[in-house]
Amino acid sequence: MRYSLLVMSREATEAEIGEEAMAWGRAAFDAYAKSLDSAGVLISADILQPVAAATTITVRDGALKVQDGPFADTKEKLNGTFVIQVPDLDSAIAWAEKCPGAQYGAVEIRPSAIVFSDGSWHQVD
Amino acid sequence: MTDAATRAEEVARSSYGRLLAVLATPTGDIPAAEDALADAFERALASWPTAGIPDNPAGWLLTVARNRLRDLYKSSAHRTSTELEDTHTVLDNLDLEAIPDKRLELLFVCAHPAIEAAIRTPLMLQTVLGFESAQIAVAFAVPEPAMAQRLVRAKRRIRVARIPFVIPVLADMPTRLPAVLEAIYGAYAIDWQGVAGETIRESMSAEALYLATILAALLGDEPEAFGLVALIALSLSRAKARENGVPLDEQDTNLWDADLIAQGEAALRQAHGYGRIGRFQLEAAIQSAHCARRDGQPTDYVALRKLYTALVGIAPTLGARVSLAAAIGEDDGPEAGLAELDRIDAPRFQPLWATRAHLLSQLGRTEDARAAYEKAISLTTDEITRDRLRARAGE
Repeated sequence: MRYSLLVMSREATEAEIGEEAMAWGRAAFDAYAKSLDSAGVLISADILQPVAAATTITVRDGALKVQDGPFADTKEKLNGTFVIQVPDLDSAIAWAEKCPGAQYGAVEIRPSAIVFSDGSWHQVD
Repeated sequence: MTDAATRAEEVARSSYGRLLAVLATPTGDIPAAEDALADAFERALASWPTAGIPDNPAGWLLTVARNRLRDLYKSSAHRTSTELEDTHTVLDNLDLEAIPDKRLELLFVCAHPAIEAAIRTPLMLQTVLGFESAQIAVAFAVPEPAMAQRLVRAKRRIRVARIPFVIPVLADMPTRLPAVLEAIYGAYAIDWQGVAGETIRESMSAEALYLATILAALLGDEPEAFGLVALIALSLSRAKARENGVPLDEQDTNLWDADLIAQGEAALRQAHGYGRIGRFQLEAAIQSAHCARRDGQPTDYVALRKLYTALVGIAPTLGARVSLAAAIGEDDGPEAGLAELDRIDAPRFQPLWATRAHLLSQLGRTEDARAAYEKAISLTTDEITRDRLRARAGE
């Protein structure tokens, strides 16, 4: 099964977080990604820029509408994703528990429904 | 480093908890006591190099810190800290032994039911042993600001809720003592699984042994406290043999630490002398039973099974139940072990799957064993454990 681990937490600037905590975060996420990688379960990992850098568009009303900022204005924001391939939810939970983001935020585990690869959509096994 | 600085550091290490406990007991205000003590250490560093190291450094520090606290409580905005009187004269006959030892009260405060279980161990490490929150954060793999904030919150709670600095009455001991024992054991068994495969299992274990020793000495006649000393000492004796995740029954017994084993066995004998069995004594006895291998004896699975049965009777943790199943598997054969495992409903517990895989492969049920190994591997985020499981699975 493929799962996205969605790392949610309150957004803070580097200055607010402080150098020490930033250093901790860099080291912890580095170790985390490497450990997912060496277990052979990592598909991709992204740490996102702050929502201030986000742009949301829609053509829902017929014409392109471009809006500054995120789709939903929530207190806790999505700030990173880890896509992993593991046998089942138990294993996904075991990995999510080790995610550094879980220490200060929360990790939503979302199973993939279908994935696109080799030129077409596939059901995930 | 100057002599004075070295001496101040020695005093800090050996008497920090005693001084802090005495300072915080009257008001329950740990942060104020910490500040006053930090201030006293600072003054020591400033004054000892010129004025000389006092005969009784701990008493000197206590008096300076007490004065500081008194100032704090008396002072309003217009009153800044007054010059202290010459503290040497006050203290010449006050040595550390004369200072009442309030660390036991402090340990019970740290493990009070009103304090969240997860912060009890860090609180003990900070207040009794004087660790900085940054060091504790590293040990627990938590960001430093998060750990600092949790500690501050817990200490505020102790003050505002006015958790009393007292030793629980005898009637409350059966409910209050296990929390203290467990928090101390927590310093030994921090969930160490580092995510990068690098596993820092032992970094606070010596401190855990020290805390357990303090507790046992201060309680005096509590078998479980000695049981805890025994358990930590015996577990710690295998530290070197355990490197790279070698399980107990495969360890090179030459790498076991004989001094720690002796300390553990002595504590265990002392505990048994009271004739009241408990969880930590049983866990220590299990560790002790494995020592037989050091003398060239085979592991006594019959004894282990009895011990695990007793342990599950009083503390049916998942770990103990799985270990009992494994011991039954060794004693009565893998079928019986599997039957015992089937009674445990914990599909996400990794040791259960590792044990199941081992028993299935002993039965020659290769396909089922492979599936169980796969499941155990999928639940393992620690690289060393995963490699061992893969090797066992024959991958």
